[in-house]
Amino acid sequence: MKAHLTRRYMFSASHRLHSEAMSAEENHSTYGKCNNPHGHGHNYALEVTVSGPVDEHTGMICNLVDLDNFVDREILERFDHQNLNTLSEFSGEVPTTENLCASIYEIVQEGFRHARLEKVRLEETMMNSFEYAGGAEIWR
Amino acid sequence: MVYLTRKAEFSASHYYHNPDFTPEENRRIFGKCNNPNGHGHNYTLEVTVKGDVDPRSGFVVDLKQLKEILNREVLDALDHRFLNKEVPEFFTRIPTTENLAIAIWQRLAPKLKTAQLHRVRVYETQDLFVDFYGEV
Ligand SMILES: [Zn+2]
Repeated sequence: MKAHLTRRYMFSASHRLHSEAMSAEENHSTYGKCNNPHGHGHNYALEVTVSGPVDEHTGMICNLVDLDNFVDREILERFDHQNLNTLSEFSGEVPTTENLCASIYEIVQEGFRHARLEKVRLEETMMNSFEYAGGAEIWR
Repeated sequence: MVYLTRKAEFSASHYYHNPDFTPEENRRIFGKCNNPNGHGHNYTLEVTVKGDVDPRSGFVVDLKQLKEILNREVLDALDHRFLNKEVPEFFTRIPTTENLAIAIWQRLAPKLKTAQLHRVRVYETQDLFVDFYGEV
């Protein structure tokens, strides 16, 4: 039987939304306060959803320890307490939460082998959240 | 089609152990959850049903009936129980959050009349939940 498991993680990072492709006025009108040159930060809440058949011997989709270790090493180590603008992932891209959400999806999708990644959900604040499932529609 | 979600809470204890594994394998795979004396969680359950709105009642499902079914089939059986020892599904299956979601689905699905079960979501903690959609 196939089930979906979602694990929630927290990390904090700073960013500045600024596009080289835009003029100063355009940056200001597009990104508002988020264009402040010194940046600002968020406590991000990350939800990773994986799916798969429930193993009859363990009762699990995948061992939570494997998922936690992977996310610690590949996501939290990389993004927690960082200035996102300084990271190579965002050298050519504005570190919006949309792009961060997609980056995290790609990393988990490529590296995590113990279950199928369904989607990544990222809360930037209690008011804003973003979801990404690669090319797939999210209907659940 | 309208979807309706009802929330409920229950507390239960469990431990993870497979008699086919060696003691070392049990400890390695299940870690702290292998302690045979068990440990507990405050589970949050979300049951989502779907259906067309009845033109006379305006309901997808009679919430009072849904609550009764939920209490009788699920909460009375699971709340304040040691899952491994008191709930028949878990005499043979390991009471992981995955298997709990499946067991709750199997208890509810045949009892629902007007609406159709869409999803069972079980939170073991705020940081971990499992969704089951009845997929085989
Ligand atoms: Zn537990």
